[in-house]
Amino acid sequence: MTDLRKLESVASQLRRDVLRMVHAVKSGHPGAPLGCAEFLSAMYFSVLRHSPNFDMDGKGQDLFFLSNGHLSAGWYSVLARSGYFDVAELSTFRKINSRLQGHPATEENLPGVRVASGSLGQGLSVANGAALAKKLNNDPQLVYCLLGDGELQEGQVWEAAMFAAGKNIDNLIAVVDYNGQQIDGPVDEVMPLGDLHAKWKSFGWQVLEMDGNVLEQVLETMDQAKRLCGQGKPVVILMKTVMGKGVDFMEGSHKWHGSPPNDEQLEKALAQLEETLGDY
Amino acid sequence: MKEYIYTEKKDTRSGFGAGLLEVGRRNSNVVALCADLTGSLKMNDFIKEFPERFFQVGIAEANMMGIAAGLTIGGKIPYTGTFANFSTGRVYDQIRQSIAYSEKNVKICASHAGLTLGEDGATHQMLEDIGMMKMLPNMTVIVPCDYNQTKAATIAIADHHGPVYLRFGRPSVPVFTPADETFVIGKAMILNEGSDVSIFACGHLVWEALEAGKELFKEGISAEIINVHTIKPLDEETIIKSISKTSCAVTAEEHQLNGGLGESIARLLAENQPTPLELIGVNDRFGESGTPAQLMEKYGLNAASIAKAARKVLKRKPK
Repeated sequence: MTDLRKLESVASQLRRDVLRMVHAVKSGHPGAPLGCAEFLSAMYFSVLRHSPNFDMDGKGQDLFFLSNGHLSAGWYSVLARSGYFDVAELSTFRKINSRLQGHPATEENLPGVRVASGSLGQGLSVANGAALAKKLNNDPQLVYCLLGDGELQEGQVWEAAMFAAGKNIDNLIAVVDYNGQQIDGPVDEVMPLGDLHAKWKSFGWQVLEMDGNVLEQVLETMDQAKRLCGQGKPVVILMKTVMGKGVDFMEGSHKWHGSPPNDEQLEKALAQLEETLGDY
Repeated sequence: MKEYIYTEKKDTRSGFGAGLLEVGRRNSNVVALCADLTGSLKMNDFIKEFPERFFQVGIAEANMMGIAAGLTIGGKIPYTGTFANFSTGRVYDQIRQSIAYSEKNVKICASHAGLTLGEDGATHQMLEDIGMMKMLPNMTVIVPCDYNQTKAATIAIADHHGPVYLRFGRPSVPVFTPADETFVIGKAMILNEGSDVSIFACGHLVWEALEAGKELFKEGISAEIINVHTIKPLDEETIIKSISKTSCAVTAEEHQLNGGLGESIARLLAENQPTPLELIGVNDRFGESGTPAQLMEKYGLNAASIAKAARKVLKRKPK
């Protein structure tokens, strides 16, 4: 039985970390990681079978790929908080000579990162390959991939979707951060995605939906997704989230996709988020 | 002067197919992917023997590059197969981020490179790939010259950890390197020693360079012919050593002059030993339909052009 309060406390701390990280360098993307705080907390503290003693091949472990690399601040926070590296290193985010690059990279050997991401649309293809390698190695563990909803405008995502279903990759769970916002505005205005549920279904995927900001739902749905694995089809979860979740003046606006808070905004934001695990 | 002879002509892509089968037998981690061109890439023997280690991805090259990157996570050594055009230009960002920057052990195997693809025309005649690939940090770039060398290179790259771009072609060309010759990445091969002019070539142009050497020999010119099969890392030592002897050089390749082998050598010489240099390649234009021989003639990528360039550069040589 997962302790919900523990996951909530991680999510709250993750939000504080993200805000402090992007504020410190006056750059970065706070909106999406704030919306994915519950999901990332649930993944690293409950769903994934993983070890912070990182090795690239990850044999016998679940693998997590972040295709929407601009969530980096949130990912770095949850990696540090789950023991992949010292939380103090979060203070180097986006600074010169850091392992915590603006977008995730492998070149500096940061534990937890298996492929660079940032240029959108590539992660699901990489996850396909990693899932195939697991099958070739008779490794029963699963491969997860988080994508942004705006990212689904990239054609390569649909190449990867077609491949996964066509080749029966049933050890793969994709999660779409469906916050409805992208840099230039609401996704429906920039380039409507249409009926996403029907699209994925017609591509041959098993489709689930959940509210990504409600921890119980996240845990239940991830559990359901795991049970659907091994049945010849890949699984996708359309995860509704609120961009900027947890900070009242940031919630639901695309304006916080790639803008850091100023000093005053940071203070206001942090006042709404409990420091649960100690700031870095 | 050593006389090179050949008893048969074969396509370098068939050397790749044979090498892939062989390396598949030697190393169970080798897997292969193709984007709907298995026949053209001569991958069918591998597929027949190792069906579970082959992945047909359809006409979706971007996805193929990402899948290849993912397969390395778990210890596989993926070989991707498609035309040079679709192996590079179409998927540059995927290679850049998911393979080169991520230091993935992917072998990008590219056929039908250059003008000798022939009648299909400029849409498919990739002449910029060496440049695109050599610019990427972490990438090794190899352009073998005949069937045997392409086979040997295909086998050798499995033992090199890191991304590799292996470029070969469509037409049948003379097979003149020994079948049992080991391929050493980054080690240029002196095919003929000479003292008057150095000729550096790669791929299909190596045979043409040897033919040019024969012509020049008749005129009393001693040409040193060097097969620079690895564009990156460049064998700087062998190149500088040859130049120290000859003091002038010609480069020859089936590629744009911008970004090619000649440009790499020009930079090396400019920085270390400024030397008169003539470059043979395609000069900032696209190709067109025609037979391979017609195209190589029209674009000046043959023995006659190389010999002419050698005569010219000899006149520029400091007295």
